[in-house]
Formats: sequence, C-alpha cells, structure tokens
Amino acid sequence: MTETLTIGKALNLGLRRAMEDDAKVVLMGEDIGKLGGVFRITDGLQKDFGEDRVVDTPLAEAGILGTAVGLAMRGYRPVCEIQFDGFVFPAYNQIVTQVAKIHARSKGRVAMPIVIRIPMGGGIGAVEHHSESPEAYFAHTAGLKVVAVSNPVDAYWGIQQAIAHPDPIVFLEPKRRYWEKAEVDTSATPDPLFGSRVVRGGDDVTLLAYGPMVKTALQAAQAAADEGRSIEVIDLRTVSPLDLDPVFESVRRTGRCVVVHEAPTTLGLGAEIAARVTETCFHSLEAPVLRVGGYDTPYPPSKLEEEYLPDLDRVLDAVDRAMGF
Amino acid sequence: MTALRQATEVVDPVPGASAPHLPQQPDLVQLLTPEGERVEQPDYSLDISDEELRSLYRDLALVRRWDVEATALQRQGELGIWASLLGQEAAQVGAGRALADGDMAFPTYREHGVAWARGVDPLDVMSLFRGVDNGGWDPVARRFNLYTIVIGAQCLHATGYAMGVQRDGSEDAVLAFLGDGATSQGEVNEAMVFAASFAAPVVFFCQNNQYAISVPLERQTRIPLYQRAAGFGFPGVRVDGNDVLAVLAVTRAALQAAREGQGPTFIEAFTYRMGAHTTSDDPTRYRLASELEEWKLRDPIARLKAHLSRDGIADAAFFESVDAEGDELAARIRTGTVEMPDPAPSSMFEHVYAEQTPPLAAQQAEFEAYHASFEGGVER
Repeated sequence: MTETLTIGKALNLGLRRAMEDDAKVVLMGEDIGKLGGVFRITDGLQKDFGEDRVVDTPLAEAGILGTAVGLAMRGYRPVCEIQFDGFVFPAYNQIVTQVAKIHARSKGRVAMPIVIRIPMGGGIGAVEHHSESPEAYFAHTAGLKVVAVSNPVDAYWGIQQAIAHPDPIVFLEPKRRYWEKAEVDTSATPDPLFGSRVVRGGDDVTLLAYGPMVKTALQAAQAAADEGRSIEVIDLRTVSPLDLDPVFESVRRTGRCVVVHEAPTTLGLGAEIAARVTETCFHSLEAPVLRVGGYDTPYPPSKLEEEYLPDLDRVLDAVDRAMGF
Repeated sequence: MTALRQATEVVDPVPGASAPHLPQQPDLVQLLTPEGERVEQPDYSLDISDEELRSLYRDLALVRRWDVEATALQRQGELGIWASLLGQEAAQVGAGRALADGDMAFPTYREHGVAWARGVDPLDVMSLFRGVDNGGWDPVARRFNLYTIVIGAQCLHATGYAMGVQRDGSEDAVLAFLGDGATSQGEVNEAMVFAASFAAPVVFFCQNNQYAISVPLERQTRIPLYQRAAGFGFPGVRVDGNDVLAVLAVTRAALQAAREGQGPTFIEAFTYRMGAHTTSDDPTRYRLASELEEWKLRDPIARLKAHLSRDGIADAAFFESVDAEGDELAARIRTGTVEMPDPAPSSMFEHVYAEQTPPLAAQQAEFEAYHASFEGGVER
C-alpha cells in the first residue's frame, strides 16, 4: 500500500506501527502528549495509546534519559524525544556514561534498547540551540549507534527498525525537511537500517551526505549535470556504524570524493570519512577528499545561517576544486 | 498519620551529632542506643526474633571482615583501589535486609554491605576493584544493579525502573542508594522530581556519612537532608545509620509504602565514614582525629554486640564462631582475588553492542592479528 507522506507524518506512522507491534514501547518527552510534540511527530498517539505509553515528562532531559535507562532495565523499549538538538546536552551524561556503557559494563546481561529521537540541523530561522548538528559527539562514543534519515521512506521504516533494535540508537531527524513529501510503500520490504545507499549514479565525483544535506547534494548533482558533470550521490543514512563499502566502490570509479554536512568541519564526520577513504582508496584518488561543512563557530544568529550552512553553490565549488586536481 | 507521612519542619541549618557546637539533631529514629539498649519507636516497631538478630550481627561482622581484607589487599597491590564501607555496615546491611526478593536495588560504588545482603559473591565485587571487569555479578538475577560510579546517575535509573514496575502492575519496590554529596547533583534532583510526579515506588536511601571525599556536609546543604524531601512533595525521615534495627525498620516501612502506591520516601541514614573515601584518600588532611574517636563510640557493630550480650541473645561461643567464619571468608577472598585471572585482551571488544558493528568487528580482527603476530599469540 502506497501513501504520500511527509517525513513528519512518516515518523508518526512509524511510531504508531512500532507501538502496535510491541506493548513495551513507551514514548517519553516534553510536550509529546496532548500537544503531539512541538513538531507534531507524536500527534494523536497519547490519545490512542494512553498516558502510560506516551509520557509527558517533567522538563528535564537528563531525567528523560535516566529514567529511560531504568525502564529499559525493566524490559521496556523507551523512545525519547529531545525537543531540539541543542537541548540534548543536559542528557549528555546519561547518554554517554550510562546508555552507551551499560551493555558492556554488564557483559551483555543488560540491553539498552533505547531510541533517542533528535530533530537535527538548521535552516528554520530559529534562535540559539535550535539548529545544531551534534552527531559527531555521539558517533565518537562507543556503544551508541547513530542514524540520520533524509526522506519519508527511511523515516517510516527507520524509526521502526531503530525501536526493534537491541542497541541504543541516536535517531536524527532532518527538522527543516519534516514537511518534504514522498511516496511510501508501507507494505514493502525495507532496506537494512545500517547501510548507505547510492541515490544518484555518476562517474566524475562521489558526493556523500546524510540527513538534511542529502537534498542539497542531489540539487547540486542536478545543477552539475546541467553543466555536463556526472556526480554520484550517496546517502550515508547511518553515521555510526559507517557503511563505507559502497563509498569505496564509488570512489574507485570516480577518483574524487566530497563530503557534506551541516556540522562544523573540524573533526566532523567528514574528517573520519576522508581518513577512511584515503586509507582504503589511496591509489584510486585523483584528488584529496574534500569537506564542505559548517564553520568552526557557534551556530550563528539566523540572519547568517544561510552563510553558515553548506548550500548548492558551496557544494559545487568543492566539486570544482576536486575536479581541478 | 504514619511517621512517613508526618510534616517536616526546618530546624537547625547544619545538623550533626559529630558537631558538638551545633544544636542537638532532631527526629533521629533510633531503636538501639549506642550502649545497646532497645528503644521503642511506635511508628517503627520491629518484631524480630533472636535468630534474626544474630544473623544481622553475622552480616555486619562478615562485611567488615571482608572490608578489612580488601583494604589489606589493596595495600599489597592486589587491588587497584578499594572504597571502604567501614562504619556504614549497619546502614547498608539494614537497608539490604529490608528488601523483598523481587525488589531491585541501585547501588553507588560503596554498597558492599547491600551486595552481601543480596547474595552477591564478594569476589564479584573484588573483580571490579582489581580491574578485571566492571563487577562480575548478574544484576538481573541478584536484583542488585552494577555499581554506578558517576555520582547520582543511578537515582534516575531506579526511578525509571520503578516507573516500569508501575506499568507492570507489580508490587515490587525499588531502593536507590546515594550519598550526601550526591544530593547536590542535578540528576538526583531530577530523579526526585520524576519519582514524585509519577508517584513511583522508589525509596531514596541516602547514607549521610558527613563527607563527600573531603568536603563536609555543610557545603552540600543548609538544611537537614531529610527535609529536602518535603520540597519534592514526599516524606523524608532521618534514621540513625549506625543502628541496624532502626535502618531495617525504617527502610521496610518506606518500601511497604512504595508497594502500596504511596510513592517515594527519602531516608537519610545518619552515619559516618570511619575510613578514607578510598585507599587513595588521606582523611587526616580534612578532618580531626577527635571526630573519628567520637564516632567510634557509636560503632554499629559494637552496639549490636552489646545488645546481644546484654540481653543474653548470643554468647561468647557465638561471637567466636562468627569470628572464625570471618577468617574463613577473608581467606577465601584473599585466595580468590590473588588467583583471579586477567581477562582475555580481546574481550574488550565483546558486548560493546548487542549486535557488533562491522567496523568494530574489523578493528577486533586487526587487534587479534596484531597480537597473534607475537610469539605465542593471544588468547581469546
């Protein structure tokens, strides 16, 4: 059965399916009940599943994650909504020192099937702390997995796969793309959660992106095609673990690689990817791996965010530089 | 109105039996005086058999013997560090023995007495302090969570676990351990907010041992800790933490209230850390010897021994048998610790995830190949 869904609605439907499939799934967060969340991702779920399964928590992010740990220990599968990316840091201690470590600490006796949903990234004209890209902090932490969806199909299936998965997952949602639509076949067999995907074939440059930047990368590839350049775009889909085999295969053909993300460039995911591509594809490379990212500044006031965020022109500029070697 | 429900009032800002210049501390629940005399507390009556009394003494004495042996083993280089419970035996054994089989306990890293009461093998605690693992016991089977070293983090886990108990419609209760220093942590305060809001069946058991490493209680609070509970909207009670009977009675009552849907209770067990914070600490830098001498007069084991002797509940032969059992336990702990094998190097890669990732599997394979390149190779 195929429906046209926005990313937001696909997440809502995916959460609903997960709650129907497993009575141990409990949603927790600020304003997720009657209000349905500030982005309405949990709209209608408390009405249908009750206050014990869709929990409006006190306003305390460490409290949300810490109590989720206890619920997981008792056999529940908590799905925590962090209202905005910049508000995850009060919960950072629980995520890094507890959620990520308890499976190893207990030698596998205690699982932590917790999903941490975070609306990620900028471009919505918001105030400070509402536009950040914290993925590298989590990708650097052993014990966590980090997923960054880019489209309604992956949103619908990915949230269900994440909830069913036995390890803790930071599930990053591209907030400025919540309203983007696509056809979702809800009876299809989904792709695995932890895999990258070639979303546009090409021969000249391999362009990598995840989350909100996938659309930007595809737009850049189209613009480049109009100028006669063939760009292969890969949606990484998962930030940790990285699935780089399709990337290596692509770079061996194109000899050139550009990585795009909104997060600050220094020590961002692009740095790790550049190192891995260089180690693995050294003899195939015609140019150094180039990064296009946010600058190493705090996320700026919104009147400047278009300068800060990678856009089509900055991506094409990097493509030009890669081709120039 | 039960004692647990009674209103609390703000009294002397800095309580402390150890501080003679301060007003006498109020509302201390005590069933056994430091001299070993039974005191009646109508709100916390304790019907206890002679056999149970002897068995409490045995627990206290064996736990102390274990602690002494562990400190010695650290001094001899067999443990990396040891967090001594010296002086807190009654608080821990009393609280641990108050738990029902199905209840769940969430310790800090010093609750060896609770571990003992929950049937954890001391060697599974020693392995943590030797650096072999992060605690060898099964937290699910023992109903005793693994030690949590980040201060206060476990209070949220206990509260969330209690929220799960509620959803299960179970009558289990949850006991969260914390220290006086932890009461300053944001996460502990968030735990109390959550516990109160959801009326979760959790009891916060705070061992106020007067110091957070070197910093005295006065830096953490300007009111008695048990009175903090009123601000969260649930009862707080202060118990003599060196009185195993009072701790047992008060904790049982609080757990029972939780079971009956009355929500959380905060228990302040007023006690004293007679040893150092850990074997790396030097308490002579921040507290007076006279203070320790004063607290020795309130020794939790001596007081129960006095009671057992005075009332003819135990004789010299009993005490000798416990001492002998302690020596056997110490010998077993010593041998077991010294002979504990190191973990296999490659084991650090195991259990990072329930489903190991391909990149980590590749890293593990590289590590094993690297080790295998040396003569003899690596044991998995």
